[in-house]
Parts: sequence; structure tokens; C-alpha cells
Amino acid sequence: MSKKGEMNVTASLVKQKASYWFGVLELLFFSFIFIMPLYWMFRTALMTVNQAFARPTVWFPNPIVMDAYEEVMWKVDFGKYVWNTLFYCLVPIVGVLFSCPMVAYSLTKIPWKGGNVIFTIILFTMMIPWTVTMIPVYSIWANLGFTNSYVPLLLPTFFGSAYYIYLMRQYMKSLPDSIMEAARIDGASEFRILYTIVYPMCKTVCVTIAVLVFMAHWNDYTGLMLYLKDSSKYTLSYGMAQFGDPQANQWTEMMAASTVSTAPLIVLFFFAQKYFLNGISTTSGLK
Amino acid sequence: MTSSSLPMDAKKMRKKSSIQERRFARQGLLFASPWIIGFLGFTIFPIIMAIYYSFTDYDMFGTTNWVGWENYIDIFDDRYTGRAVKNTIYIALVGVPIGQITALFLATLLNKKNVKGMPIFRTIFYLPTLVPAAACALLFLWVLNGKNGILNIALSSIGLKAPGWLTDPKWTKPALIIMDTWRCGGAMIIYLAALRSVPETFYEAASLDGANNTQKFWNITIPYIAPTIQFNGLMAMIGAFQYFVQAQIFSSITDYGSNAAAGGGPRNSMLFYCLHLYRKAFKQMEMGYACAMAVLLAIVVMIVSYLIMYFSEKKITYSVE
Repeated sequence: MSKKGEMNVTASLVKQKASYWFGVLELLFFSFIFIMPLYWMFRTALMTVNQAFARPTVWFPNPIVMDAYEEVMWKVDFGKYVWNTLFYCLVPIVGVLFSCPMVAYSLTKIPWKGGNVIFTIILFTMMIPWTVTMIPVYSIWANLGFTNSYVPLLLPTFFGSAYYIYLMRQYMKSLPDSIMEAARIDGASEFRILYTIVYPMCKTVCVTIAVLVFMAHWNDYTGLMLYLKDSSKYTLSYGMAQFGDPQANQWTEMMAASTVSTAPLIVLFFFAQKYFLNGISTTSGLK
Repeated sequence: MTSSSLPMDAKKMRKKSSIQERRFARQGLLFASPWIIGFLGFTIFPIIMAIYYSFTDYDMFGTTNWVGWENYIDIFDDRYTGRAVKNTIYIALVGVPIGQITALFLATLLNKKNVKGMPIFRTIFYLPTLVPAAACALLFLWVLNGKNGILNIALSSIGLKAPGWLTDPKWTKPALIIMDTWRCGGAMIIYLAALRSVPETFYEAASLDGANNTQKFWNITIPYIAPTIQFNGLMAMIGAFQYFVQAQIFSSITDYGSNAAAGGGPRNSMLFYCLHLYRKAFKQMEMGYACAMAVLLAIVVMIVSYLIMYFSEKKITYSVE
């Protein structure tokens, strides 16, 4: 009887061990698949064209050459692209961090009836396809003479964006109302409460939003494609996309261009991982 | 009760509170004003204009004439639109489930408690989402390259047929789905957070009752995270209807010499609804027609979102009972 019980325990231990190692193997296998395309990109970018096409397949570039990167940087006005990118990614951070906390404060901490109505509308606007407003908005900016400039892409950020207001609201809701009430009794204006009390308490969510805005503008393709005609205004990732031409067979250059537009984001991710993941899980209401 | 019958204090208080209320309403409006202005200027006004344009032959330059329902009728007559709708539904019905299942699967792998180095695996699965869409398209042109792409090298090394992913109209959409599934890290993180929120006691109780892992997964995990599945699924579905950037880059790059009338890759196999809409508006300058397409899309997105929410709500309450 007891022996049988012991055997059962050993059997279940073996089973546990097996399932543990099976889990590890699965993880390794899928990690390998997921990392492979990225590795393929880095690898090809460091090769000569001949090596990239060599058979049997060359897995490690040997020797490592930077020709492709040099080509990419000489073919375009690289410094200009970097400057454009910084401008295009940093201005909207200012815009969003100006408008969204203000609106979120109105929705959560000022007791008025409109707050709920506005929040409902904000949720609703997130479902409206961007193509619906695309043409009229374009024609507004065209009539104002602002096409081929950043204005149509940057100015709207100063009027808030549904998604970031939502993130901000989710966070501000958790701040205790008693602080605002106490400050009001002491005669502080709402602006003062927002800027001296609430803002400092929202540091984490502000950084999260800043990271998300930076990413979104770094990645932006559609907006730039719609409004910019002049290649001297391109950002890094949009400018790099112009290298796409499979007929030219310049795969090493194309991979160098992709690496150039990806690597800074990966570096940013390693420094700000917490904020990336924070933003994602807040969105789903699981925070 | 007349106001004169109130005690003095209460009257004063009420007056004071209504003043306070009005003050709050003013402040609330003031603080929300950036959004209100933006909403009126960049959402409501454009939507009204889009609906108006959809009944005209608007092209931004010439005179605008009222054409009634003509644009809407043309949409149903246009064979390219039919193609675009079919392609879009393909992504919505095949691509979205594959992406969501992969994301959930990876999340369950990451949710094992005892494996060391989990953050590293999580980072590896999440990294692809950091690649900008444009760079990702370039990368996959190379990864999926017919002769020298790594995927085909791998496939032929294990003796499978290596398709021409980006040249064969049958394989272009699977190619896009592979690319998007590779970038499922965002949904994966959300699923992971959901999996971690399932109370451990549920599993312990089930173990005592002799449930195995599969039973636990289907009877505890899935019902518990159903709202998350609904959220992710809905977002992915809305995304699929608006599928654009990847298709735009892929088709503009792979579209050499082929039938360029609509410009949707080999034999228009990558012509998606929004891509067609964009080409109509900005390449052929048929903006009235494009607005009609956009209005129809908005209606469909709203109906589908409503249906998903309606049905999954029913199912969720059912499975919890």
C-alpha cells in the first residue's frame, strides 16, 4: 500500500520534471523562431552582397563589413533625417502631455456632469476608422495651405488624443479625491492643483505616455505618406522605407536601413521596458 | 416646500452649493476644452463632411456636384472593391484568429512559474513589435524572398515545397499573416497579464478534484480571461478591417509591372479595403467615392463591434454560471 503510494509520488515527480523540461524546450524553440528574422536582418546588414546570396547559406558574416551602412548613410541626408525624427517625435510628447492630463483631470477630479458624457464619447471615437476623417481633414489642411509640413501631424496632439486621455484617466482615477478637496479648501485654483499636485503624482503614467507617443511617431508611415511630398522632411524610419526596391537586389542596404530604423527603439525598450509593458496592460483594463 | 419656509442656513447652503456646482462645471468645461475643440474640428466636422462628400463627385479641385447614391451604387459594381472586400475578410477571419491563438499560446508558455529567465523569453517574443511597420515590410521581403529568404531555406532543408511568398497571388496573404503573427507581442503581454490574474486557488481546487491541465485550461483559464479575449479580438478585428500600412508597403514594392490599375500586389491579391480606398482618394482623386467607401466601413465596423460585444457578453455570463 505505502509502496504503491511512493511509486505514485515518484511517477508524478517524473511527470512534473518532464513537463518542466518540455516547457523549457517549447520556449527555446519558439524564441529561436521569433528571434530568427531579427538575426537575419542584423546578419545581412553586416555582409557583402555576394555573401548574402552565397550557397550554402552563410550564417555568420565573415568578415564583418559596414559597407551597407555607409551606403545607406551617404545616399540620403542622414543628419537631416535624424534631426527631423527628433523634432517629429519630441514635439507631440509636449503636445500630448499638455492636453491629455488636463482633459483627464476634468474627467476624473472635477465633479461635473459633463465628465461622464465626454468619457463615453472618447471611448466611442476610438472605434471610428481613421479613413472616415482622412479625406475631409486632408482637405481642411490643404485649404489652409499646410500640406507638405508637419503642422497637420503635430498640431492635433495639442488637442488631446482619445487613447492617451484614456490611459491618463485610468491612472488619475486611483488618486484619492481628498487631496484635491483639501487643496480646494485651502483656496488653490484647479490649475494650481493640476500642475503642482496631480502632475508630480502622475510621473509614471506620463513617462509611459511619452514612450508610447515617441514610438508611434517614430513608426508613423501613413501620416507622413499623406502629407509630406518633400524628401528633405522625411523621418528616419519613413526615409529608410524608401530603400525598398527588391529589383535592385540591394538586400544588404535594405537590411541596414531596417536596422537603422529599428535599433534605436530596441535600445529605448531596454531602458524603458517597464513603461512599455505598463502602457499595454493599462489599455486592457487589467492594471 | 417654498423657499421661504427653509431655515436660513439651508437656503444659504443650497445657494452656495449651486454656485460651487456651476464653478465646477465651468472648470470642467475649461479643462476639457482642448479635447472638445479637437473633437469638433478633427472628428465631428470631418465626419459630417465625409458623409456629405460621399453623395458628391468631390475631388478637391474642380466643382463639387451632388450625385445622390451614385457612389454607393458604384461601390457594389466595382470588381476591385469586391476583391478588396474578399481580401480583407480573409485577414479578419484567418489572420486574426491565428494571431490571437499564437499570442495566447505564447502567453501560456510564459506563465509557467518555475522556469528561470522568463523576462528574457518575454523580451524575445516582444521585440518584433518594436520593428517599425515599414522596416518590418523590408525585412520580410528578405525573409520571405523566394530563393534566398531564410524561411524558404528552412522549408526546403526539411524537404517542404518553398512557395514564392510575394510573387504567387495564392501566398501573398499568408505571407502578410506570418509577418503580423510575428508581431503579436502586444496582445501576448495583455494575455499574460490576464493569465496572471487568475486566482491560484481555482487551479488548486480543480487539482483536488482530479482535473488535468487541459481541463483546467478550458474550464478555468478560458472562462476567466474571456473578457480579455473579447477585448483583444475586437481590437484585432477592427485593425483587420483597417488593414493598410503593411499592404501599402508590400504592394507598392512588389507591384512591378503587373496590372497597376488598382495596384494591390500580384493579381491584386493584396488589395485591401483601405488600400483601395486610399488609392481611389489620392491616386485617382475620386474622393467622393472614397468617402462613400469610408462611411460604409465605419458602419460595418460599428455593427461588427456591437455584435462581438453582444455575443461574447452573453457567452461570458453563461460560462461563469
